[in-house]
Amino acid sequence: MSSSEFALELLAVKKAFGKSEIIRGAQLQVKAGERVAIIGPNGAGKSTLFNLITGRFGLSSGEIRLHGQRIDGKKPYEINRLGLSRSFQVSNLFTRLSVFENIRCAVLWSLGHRYSFWKFLADLTDANERAEAVLAMIKLDRRRDVPAMNLTYAEARALEIGITIAGGSSVILLDEPTAGMSKSETQRFIQLIREVTVGKTLLTVEHDMGVVFGLADKIAVLVYGEVIAFDVPDAVRADARVQEAYLGSVLAEAH
Amino acid sequence: MDQILINLLNGFSSGLLLFMLSSGLTLIFSMMGVLNFAHASFYMLGAYVAYTLVGVIGFWPALILAPIVVGGIGAGFERFALRRVHKFGHVAELLITFGASYVILELVQLIWGRTAVVFTPPPSLQGAAFTIIQHPLEGLSLMWGGAPAELCAAAACSNFPMTRFFLMGVALLMLLALWLLLTRTRVGMVIQAALTHPEMVESLGHNVPAVLMLVFGSGCALAALAGVIGGFTFVTEPSMAVIVGSIIFVVVVVGGVGSLAGAFVGSILIGLLQTLPLTIDGSVATLLNALGLNVGPETFGYALMRLSMAQVAPILPYLLMVLILIFRPKGLLGTRED
Amino acid sequence: MNSSRAQSFHFKPLNVGRWLVWGLYAFALIVAPLLWTSSFAQTMLTQIGIGIIACLAYNILLGQGGMLSFGHAVYSGLGSFLAIHTLNLAVSGAWNIPVSLIPLIGGAAGMGVAALLGYVSTKKAGTPFAMITLGLGELVWSMSLMIPEFFGGEGGVSSNRVIGEPFLGFLTFGPQIQVYYLIAAYCFISTAAMFALTRTPLGRMLNAVRDNPERVAFIGYDTQWVRYLAFMISGFFAGVAGGLAALNFEIVTAEVVGAARSGAYLLFTFLGGATFFFGPIIGAVLMVVGLVLLSELTQAWLLYLGLIFLFMVMYAPGGIASLIMMNLRVAAYGKLRQLTGSYLALAGTALTMLVGGGAMIEMLYHMQLNAAMGPEVEFIGVTLNTAGVDAWFGSVMVMLVGLGLFEMSRRQYVREWGDVQAEIEKEIKRREAL
Repeated sequence: MSSSEFALELLAVKKAFGKSEIIRGAQLQVKAGERVAIIGPNGAGKSTLFNLITGRFGLSSGEIRLHGQRIDGKKPYEINRLGLSRSFQVSNLFTRLSVFENIRCAVLWSLGHRYSFWKFLADLTDANERAEAVLAMIKLDRRRDVPAMNLTYAEARALEIGITIAGGSSVILLDEPTAGMSKSETQRFIQLIREVTVGKTLLTVEHDMGVVFGLADKIAVLVYGEVIAFDVPDAVRADARVQEAYLGSVLAEAH
Repeated sequence: MDQILINLLNGFSSGLLLFMLSSGLTLIFSMMGVLNFAHASFYMLGAYVAYTLVGVIGFWPALILAPIVVGGIGAGFERFALRRVHKFGHVAELLITFGASYVILELVQLIWGRTAVVFTPPPSLQGAAFTIIQHPLEGLSLMWGGAPAELCAAAACSNFPMTRFFLMGVALLMLLALWLLLTRTRVGMVIQAALTHPEMVESLGHNVPAVLMLVFGSGCALAALAGVIGGFTFVTEPSMAVIVGSIIFVVVVVGGVGSLAGAFVGSILIGLLQTLPLTIDGSVATLLNALGLNVGPETFGYALMRLSMAQVAPILPYLLMVLILIFRPKGLLGTRED
Repeated sequence: MNSSRAQSFHFKPLNVGRWLVWGLYAFALIVAPLLWTSSFAQTMLTQIGIGIIACLAYNILLGQGGMLSFGHAVYSGLGSFLAIHTLNLAVSGAWNIPVSLIPLIGGAAGMGVAALLGYVSTKKAGTPFAMITLGLGELVWSMSLMIPEFFGGEGGVSSNRVIGEPFLGFLTFGPQIQVYYLIAAYCFISTAAMFALTRTPLGRMLNAVRDNPERVAFIGYDTQWVRYLAFMISGFFAGVAGGLAALNFEIVTAEVVGAARSGAYLLFTFLGGATFFFGPIIGAVLMVVGLVLLSELTQAWLLYLGLIFLFMVMYAPGGIASLIMMNLRVAAYGKLRQLTGSYLALAGTALTMLVGGGAMIEMLYHMQLNAAMGPEVEFIGVTLNTAGVDAWFGSVMVMLVGLGLFEMSRRQYVREWGDVQAEIEKEIKRREAL
């Protein structure tokens, strides 16, 4: 399996549900370590794209490659094991487990513990240490034993990110991580995301342009299932097609 | 030949009865996400309520009123019990209908006794609907009503009971009504959408309490209607719920959860599968012996091979279910992404 | 390190507490037959021991994994059958296996069948899974009637457990008390093993699958494989329970794979409490006591059971275990006294309702089953005349009045409970701030 310079590639990806084509030939090649924000009008197919990359839906045609290896057609857990992780727009936590347990579950596979039932969790020092480290990173140590369903909204979002990065995946997909947050919460969250994704390849769907321009190395603009632009923020802002799709105003206001 | 035809019709009519039940189950499941474990209990209630009403207001009014009464009971159950556990998730909903099936069974036994009651069809539905006659000389013929004794002395006669004929008629009418409802009315469009995308229907605001009660009540009323007819066609006894209960779940799994067409196909298939083998006396052993292989009590697996098709008939639907689960988990006509 | 205890309960047992609890459990198992020495009591205690293993095994699926199975009797039942056939092999001398190891044969059978049927069952989750378990249960039940060579037909399969060399030189397992201690030993070890499972990666991932199966895939785990493994482990312990039952009764009939038994596992595990590890233990005690004693008291016991079950699903879905734990928590904050009034009101009105309803039910049953004995029936020391209107009118009124008062006191109780919870929340916040 060739490991190309690109961490994640979408090559002529198409997806149709029945007769409606949602993704019409999306082309995207993300280098390792890049931070890419995916923006686009509603209905452009951003969540569908995420679902295709993570294996929730199958492609109608095209290829998706992770570190040069084809991952389209694989099951979600297979894709995750190859080094790709995602977060959800609506917090998708293990509701009755504590914060710490949530994170610990997320590290188990990557440390090779698999389906073992002959070792005690309390004795797995590597898992426990890693979980503690992630817990500290997302600053939820004081809420360690709280069941996930009792967290506040912002805490749940932080845990959501924590679970996503805990396994050490090299490619992280975040689906509107700051949705529903206040301005100050969002700022803190951006900082958190920057810290926990150091050295990783990041793809995030965002609507908040402040977040996009503050966080991203590159922006990909998705309109009607096609990537119409993929470049550094300034170039995207100046792109005529993007301005036309976005009516210019949204980009201008984020300046 | 006459036997075979009658058996086919028997299987078909059983399948239609199963469809009356599984269609209500599918509708409730699709629109509310609740698997009504007590569905067969409402079937049983329909039979018993009709049995009591027949003595009071006559047969034909009872046929109309019993499903309405039981539908009302179902709506009440939804309103006062099922709705309360909606917030606890699907497992809780399944558990409460499970509990309801126990309670309904015990109440039925309490009120009507533990033995079968004699629920006779009205005079107009008694006797044979038609008789198929296999004459050695004149071949196959059909005669409406019963055939005279002298004719049957010379030929092979098989009659098809009027009750089963009526059952098929009502079931087909119901099928037609459902089809019209689904394809021609607005309510039907919503139901169709709910069958494949229940979350969408919910978010469109169609899950108002009144609709829930209506849907659940209607499903139970359909089950009760099947119960009235099944009650006098077959036996009305406390175990009738248990007998048919697990089969309709098999129908739904085989046909595909959430598909009405699947429920129809599954019902007919299972109905035939349950009835046709009953006429076959042979077994795997007899077949192998006929082919020349000498199979006897010493042969390994003889205990299984000597079972005649008639003996094995009860488990065939479950075997079909297992096969479907292995090779086509969505069901024959299932469309839902699980 | 502060533990925040809000609506859900996460109890971290302290080490001292853990030793104490297990020690008490072992003590109870050892001492019970010495306190209740009648043979009837010992029979019940034996069955309770078996039931504990079966219900705990069932809860691996229900409480730990969120998998609702309607056909779990298949695994304990087939374990019973294989165990008793093996015992017969020992009796005939074909295989000299020690009697004390027979339950492990049952466990192996349970696990084997679970491996076979579980592969098909765990392909689906949630409601379809439940339907499949129902169908498979019916399949096995139907087959049991068709293959008398294995299932023994009407009379079942019987055997004799007093064979071979006495275990440890003196245990022949003839007397009931010896069987009890064998079962108690298996019970303790099985409980410990199943508890240990909850503290392993597989056990925790099973909980994760229960809480959010979609997310589990995105942390690298195959949900179906997690469920399948749990299914097999559950089948193993169910088979052990079945094997112990085969030894205890020395006869196995087809009803051990029947729907009634599967239903009983579900009902009582849920009643005991699926959300706590010890809930099924309570459930098993209730199961044996209920099935053996309650059916002696009244014909309508299954109706009462169904109604209690419905009530629990609606108002206390965590079972009795959760009720105990919630009230322990309230007591820990010193607020239990506030609720005593409410509890008494609830109990009193429930009792009234029960008396009225019970009278009606008993009269109905009497009319149905004992009509030849005349129209009068005894109910809690009062003679009721089923032919007269008074008794009916009276019991209906009593029941309706009880129902009305119960609903009133229930609402009052809910208000007071809410107040208590709010006070506890304030207290927690106050302590956290310190």
